[in-house]
Amino acid sequence: MKKLLPLLALLGAIGFVIKALLPPRNPGAFDVAGFGRLPVLANGRIKPLDTVARSSLLQLQGRQRVSTPDVSEPLVASPTEWLLEVCFRPEKADTFPTFAIDNPDLLTLLGKNEENLKIAYTSSAKKVLSVVGFLPSRHRRFSLQELTPYVNTIQEQARLADPVEPVLRNAFQRAVLQLFANLLHYQRLRHALVMPGRTDFLGDLLQLQDNLATGVAAVRAKQAGQPHDEAAVTAITEIGQRFVVMAESTSFLVIPPESTTADPTAWKPAGAALLETFQNGRVNASALAYAGFAHAWRNDKAEQFNHLIGLFRTGLAKRFAPELAKSDAEARFNAAEPFYTSMTLYAIAFLLAVFSWLTWPEALGKSAFWLVAVAWLLSTVGIATRMWLEGRPPVTNLYSSALFIGWGAVLLCLVLEYIYRNAVGSVAAGAIGFATLLIAHHLSLTGDTLEMMRAVLDSNFWLGTHVVVVTTGYAATFLAGFLALIYILRGLFTTSLDKATADALTRMVYGIVCFATLFSFTGTVLGGIWADQSWGRFWGWDPKENGALLIVIWNAIILHSRWGGLIKQRGLMGLAVGGNIVTSWSWFGTNMLGVGLHSYGFTDAAFWALIIFVASQLAIIGLAAVPLARWRSFRASGIGRTAEPAMAR
Amino acid sequence: MNLVVRQFRDFFVSLKLTVTLLVLSMVLIFAATLDQVNLGIWAVQEKYFRAFFVLWRVGDIPVPVFPGGYFIGGLLLINLVSAHVYRFTLAWRKAGIFLTHVGLITLLIGELLTGLWQEEFSMRLTEGDAKNYSESYRGNELAFVDKSNAEFDEVVAIPEALLARGETVQHPKLPFRVVTKTYYPNSTLRMRAPAPAGAAGVAAEPASPATSGIGPRVSATPLPLTYNQNERNLPAAFVELIGPEGSLGTWLVSTGLPTPQRIDHGGRTWTIALRFERAYKPFALTLLKFRHDRYAGTEIPKNFSSRIKLATPDGRDDREVLIYMNNPLRYAGLTFYQASFEPGNDKVTILQVVRNPSWLLPYIACTLMTLGLLVQFGIHLKGFVGKRRAPNLSAPSAGSAFQPPPSG
Repeated sequence: MKKLLPLLALLGAIGFVIKALLPPRNPGAFDVAGFGRLPVLANGRIKPLDTVARSSLLQLQGRQRVSTPDVSEPLVASPTEWLLEVCFRPEKADTFPTFAIDNPDLLTLLGKNEENLKIAYTSSAKKVLSVVGFLPSRHRRFSLQELTPYVNTIQEQARLADPVEPVLRNAFQRAVLQLFANLLHYQRLRHALVMPGRTDFLGDLLQLQDNLATGVAAVRAKQAGQPHDEAAVTAITEIGQRFVVMAESTSFLVIPPESTTADPTAWKPAGAALLETFQNGRVNASALAYAGFAHAWRNDKAEQFNHLIGLFRTGLAKRFAPELAKSDAEARFNAAEPFYTSMTLYAIAFLLAVFSWLTWPEALGKSAFWLVAVAWLLSTVGIATRMWLEGRPPVTNLYSSALFIGWGAVLLCLVLEYIYRNAVGSVAAGAIGFATLLIAHHLSLTGDTLEMMRAVLDSNFWLGTHVVVVTTGYAATFLAGFLALIYILRGLFTTSLDKATADALTRMVYGIVCFATLFSFTGTVLGGIWADQSWGRFWGWDPKENGALLIVIWNAIILHSRWGGLIKQRGLMGLAVGGNIVTSWSWFGTNMLGVGLHSYGFTDAAFWALIIFVASQLAIIGLAAVPLARWRSFRASGIGRTAEPAMAR
Repeated sequence: MNLVVRQFRDFFVSLKLTVTLLVLSMVLIFAATLDQVNLGIWAVQEKYFRAFFVLWRVGDIPVPVFPGGYFIGGLLLINLVSAHVYRFTLAWRKAGIFLTHVGLITLLIGELLTGLWQEEFSMRLTEGDAKNYSESYRGNELAFVDKSNAEFDEVVAIPEALLARGETVQHPKLPFRVVTKTYYPNSTLRMRAPAPAGAAGVAAEPASPATSGIGPRVSATPLPLTYNQNERNLPAAFVELIGPEGSLGTWLVSTGLPTPQRIDHGGRTWTIALRFERAYKPFALTLLKFRHDRYAGTEIPKNFSSRIKLATPDGRDDREVLIYMNNPLRYAGLTFYQASFEPGNDKVTILQVVRNPSWLLPYIACTLMTLGLLVQFGIHLKGFVGKRRAPNLSAPSAGSAFQPPPSG
């Protein structure tokens, strides 16, 4: 059993990955997944509707699942199904609680109080769980229907908050602007494909197609002051006004350019394409197709829906085959959620590796190593897919920097574990891999993470060199800090840190600090060269530049202190943990200042997380300062004292 | 050796000093980063980095509270150089450290020279217009332009600092003295309400100190200085011009006024204007075409580029150049960068013009340092791998492969 365990772990992990990568299946008769794969142009990029649905849900409510707390079954089976309801059956989607509101002042403004926020669970087990805190006890997501009476209030408050500079806004102002932006976003979704509020938009369009000639003639006659059919004028004006509303209320470009248009990026909103009916004399085929989807969806005609999707795709494939292929791949990627799978594997690997220090070091250590390897490979595939979809180097924004820091640190851990085989690498890999993916998950809540690069940043060469190298420097500094953390906690609280491990850890930390110095320095310098190329100054004392410089100096301090004999083994560990603080400041803290060219990822909730992290690291540095006589590992064997002079030199 | 001298030497070559200075520099940089929220990036550089001491004002007295960039950088330089002179030995295993530190010395000197020599200006070009000057981001000047000669304009520019000090300026080319009566470093201008003809009960505004030009009809109100990177201080001043026969009048000048004002005196004509400080060039740039591409269906800028004609009066240079993001024009010791654009006006480009004679130093420094670090850590790695491959693998922890070499 012990011998087989690593193999079983490897096979289990692979099976788990394969299961996650299987294509999504439709829960009902409708080809919802097929609809989700249809490409649209949004935020400057062609992406599948599935991505639109997922990033919308993340932005509106911080998760992809649509459900109410008191019912365990989700309200829709997938984000795409939610989007279908929003676009085609808004009267139903408007009752889904998809607007997350947490600010107490804003909740009060919306008529919420302790009583009506309380979740009334029906089962007594759930009641108990909610009291203990395992289940939420208060509502925090609300439906459009609940918010509708307060729309004017929200709009008025947003108008007041808007002129305030973003850095100076208080929590209420940020919350109200966020809610307002979310309501707008929802409106844009509702108007993206068909006119909301029309029960049979397809019928409207077909009728327009039939009566177009007479209608246009009637309008012309009216304009010329001649006798005309007033009913025809009214009908055609009404539908024209609806198209205008649609065109102006959305930013999603869902209608592909016609084959006569040379520019392949000239996608249009559905409303704009429909308005062209009056010039072209025929209703745009793609807009008609979307109206067809709506008809089939509303009237529960699955076969018609699926048939239409097939037809629409065939039409698209003539001109947009590569885009269609990319859209399909992206939808698959979304459904596979490789980073969530990796996260789970990292967590299991971490636990196995920690247990390997207590028992079965060989079997558990190897199992942990294999799990880390599989998780790392999977996130490699994930990052590579993102790079291919975006056509960019791996790091383009805060979200992808989190993915990459985790990836780089875990790779270093795998190397360390391969050399030392003492499970230290796997513990560090599991923890860092899990933590960075968790951070990435929280960073993804702002919406689509595959963003377009602003002009200044639009340089694959510099993104590929400066950003990648400096991010590798971050990863290495974090890793050194984490290894030091293992040293301190194991040495102080357990007896498991023997001399061999302690020395090995010291060499690991020292080696990784050297690596971190090289990469953070080179990366910072490359950034300087980029700045010189784009703004004419090598160094501008911008917060993010300063942050990177602080990491370089901190690593230099560690190395010089060691060389000068100012610190020994324990001091090295304390300083390396300090590297965690410096790096977290550079990574997140500088963005919270809201100034400078690099402040691309202002995050509010992250502020407290950062404070808590820094405090915890300071506490651990404090622990490192505990006299050696009190360290359980060293007290037991006395190696600490013998090891120290060896390092003093 | 004299004990004092030896102590002195030991202090300057010690690694303790290095580490202390590095720690101090971290504190300085961190404080400067935080203070950017209040002061903006320019003021922070002056206060923290281009100073020997960071000064806090207690009342009116500046009190040094922390060593500044010059102090720490200078000591670090001395520490580095003296340590290398003192400990210098020619050995391969020290090559990495040596290269790294020579690079660092170059970098520190480069940053010092940049601080001393670098000038930054901006150039706003409208399509079709030729321009032979750039404008300062922060400095202003009071310019008198003699329009009497049809062939050329003669410009006398008085730096803002002289106005701020309230000094009387007598320039040989001007037949009058310039006396600054009031100076506001930042201000806002407003048209005065037309004088209410006999309307009683309305509190009349105090009369403007200005007597000539547009001044009497405009009121200037002082504002606190702004440190916002996206805003610019708009100074205003009331200046009296006094000729040999007495006062010509008092003018309100401000960078907030759109056009220069006219002065007629002794049969000659000048214009007077407080304007952004100009740096004239021996060549002219003409914007042929500005492009500002956005991603489809968004306002996210994708690319900016300016097609520009570069011409010298002597005709030796007359060619087209294309300036775009990450691709500046380097000409006549100046570098022109695509810096910005005017929202809503795609016929205007804004270039940044930089003169930095020491611009190559950081490149050299960084090459040296990166090489040095690679050599240094390469030596470590080689030693580490060599030790692990060595036959005595049975005792992997005994070796000191990662033991650093003697410090340098």
